[in-house]
Amino acid sequence: MTALLEVRDLRVTIGSTAAVRGTSITVNKGETHCLVGESGCGKSISALSVMGLLPRGSKRETTTLRFAGEEIGSFGEKQMERLRGDRMAMIFQEPMTSLNPAYTVGSQMTEVLRRHRGTPRAQAVDRAAELLARVGITAPGLRLGQYPHQLSGGLRQRVMIAMALMCDPELLIADEPTTALDVTVQAQILRLLATLQKELGLGILLITHDLGVVARIADRVSVMYAGEVVESAPTAALFAAPEHPYTRGLLTCVPVPGKVRRDEPLGSIPGVVPRVSPGFTGCGFRDRCSQAHAACSGTIPRQTVSDGHELLCTLAPGWVAREAA
Amino acid sequence: MLRFFLRRFAVAVAVALTVLTLAFLLTRVSGDLAISIAGPNATAEDVEAIRIAYGLNRPLWVQYFDWLGRAVQGDFGESYFFRDRVSNLIATRMPVTLTLGFVGLAVALVVSLPLGILAAVREGSWVDRLVGLVAMIGQAMPSFWLGLVLMIVFGLQLAWLPISGNDEWQGYIMPGVVLAFSAIPSLTRLTRSGMIEALASDYIRTARAKGLTRLSILVKHGFRNAAIPVVSIAAVQLGFMLGGSVVIETIFALHGVGYLAWESISKNDFPVVQAVVLVLAIIYIGLTLLADLLNAVLDPRLRTA
Repeated sequence: MTALLEVRDLRVTIGSTAAVRGTSITVNKGETHCLVGESGCGKSISALSVMGLLPRGSKRETTTLRFAGEEIGSFGEKQMERLRGDRMAMIFQEPMTSLNPAYTVGSQMTEVLRRHRGTPRAQAVDRAAELLARVGITAPGLRLGQYPHQLSGGLRQRVMIAMALMCDPELLIADEPTTALDVTVQAQILRLLATLQKELGLGILLITHDLGVVARIADRVSVMYAGEVVESAPTAALFAAPEHPYTRGLLTCVPVPGKVRRDEPLGSIPGVVPRVSPGFTGCGFRDRCSQAHAACSGTIPRQTVSDGHELLCTLAPGWVAREAA
Repeated sequence: MLRFFLRRFAVAVAVALTVLTLAFLLTRVSGDLAISIAGPNATAEDVEAIRIAYGLNRPLWVQYFDWLGRAVQGDFGESYFFRDRVSNLIATRMPVTLTLGFVGLAVALVVSLPLGILAAVREGSWVDRLVGLVAMIGQAMPSFWLGLVLMIVFGLQLAWLPISGNDEWQGYIMPGVVLAFSAIPSLTRLTRSGMIEALASDYIRTARAKGLTRLSILVKHGFRNAAIPVVSIAAVQLGFMLGGSVVIETIFALHGVGYLAWESISKNDFPVVQAVVLVLAIIYIGLTLLADLLNAVLDPRLRTA
């Protein structure tokens, strides 16, 4: 498989905080790669830096930032503008506020196509209506003429997805697209993303803190902690044999039918994600980790557990099994 | 949309009626009108004759409804001093005041919108601080003082512009600028804060994610939302400017409604004062109504409210 997006050793500093510290992510064509972790561990910042949408005052460094075979790390603002919305699109967590209240759905959707392709209005409107129907919105003609405040949260997120697809992008970055929605709507949106991906061959980078979402639609998972990817593996492998203590901690926080016993409390990880300054060495998780030892303050080795399963930890792969024995 | 308009219109009519009543009552409580019309040397018989001639001997409510009935038809009686219909006086003076007001508003918008947007885009930079400083100085500067300074510099020393009068169009430039200065600080600050709020919003992030150009993001998506409060304040400011033209028109000897008000106040010409107050108040109410309507046009969320 060819890598659609390849990020190597991404570092982002915002003021005096090292928000992302050497993250590497690869998204293949037609693959869903999930980025999981608690709030504040650098997932959104990683995604925004791929799009070139970092907030003012942030600094991005990377050894490789390759999109569809082209190195885009050195692209200027003008070049990134041309990529965004055209070949790489992004949807956000807040469907209620992500659409401009002053313009109709149709105007905001057609704008993308008119900007990137110079498509005449009538054709752009046809395309918008077609996509609204595709994301499961009934009466697209009516919706095109409506303003965002006339739509529910679920409908707005569908509009955002349809809008992101206007130019047939190769990569879709979705930053917690279902977090703000009702559970039933969440399921619909996830199903929609999965279907669209199959039909359009999209590469999706999905950010979430919901492991239930990961289990349902991810091909590959990267677990982020304090600005680093601490474990990355194909979904099945990660759920079957999690290695990093943080990954294991996250998994014990989720109730799994058949595995969790009645009256037994769910797991939790004490403490919060630390704010890390540039120059910090060692494992960011060591203060919260039950397995922490002296070596955790030194350089942490990146180990290969099995094919495609990587671990950033001082513990040798297979430590769980050995400990249980 | 129609319900919204009707509701706002009803409120405007209620306010206008209140102003009419107040304008009537204020002239009555300010003293015996017959005595002030007759003048200091009049005898008791003269005063009595005037009282009867002007109908001031009738009960107050009769006078009120008589005056109200005429006022709503545009009949404000006759000026004691100019010996002319008050409505004629106002009609001939109004174009001067309106021209001055629109020149002032145009100058104010042309200056404050770009300044406000610039300050917001460069928030926290020296440009932003400079704009803030200019706005503060503008706010602190009395308009009569600025008017006199401009007259000395551009009228006397450089002799570029006429010092007074409204015979040529150049006569409107200096008073227009002075009038604009009263509105520039608030309009600039409002544009700036509106733009800062808009630019920090999620839909701007969406617009950037769509790859739109910087200009489109700033103007189409940012300013379009920031403009909503600016439009209503601009309409209200125009009302202030028309009212505030009393000072400016007097300084620059522009023969508008403001100058008329000043003349008639100094001459105790009550029907004219009453009518000018009323007309300016009604224009103000009309502008506020217009601001509400423009808001509804600009903000789709208000139309269904």
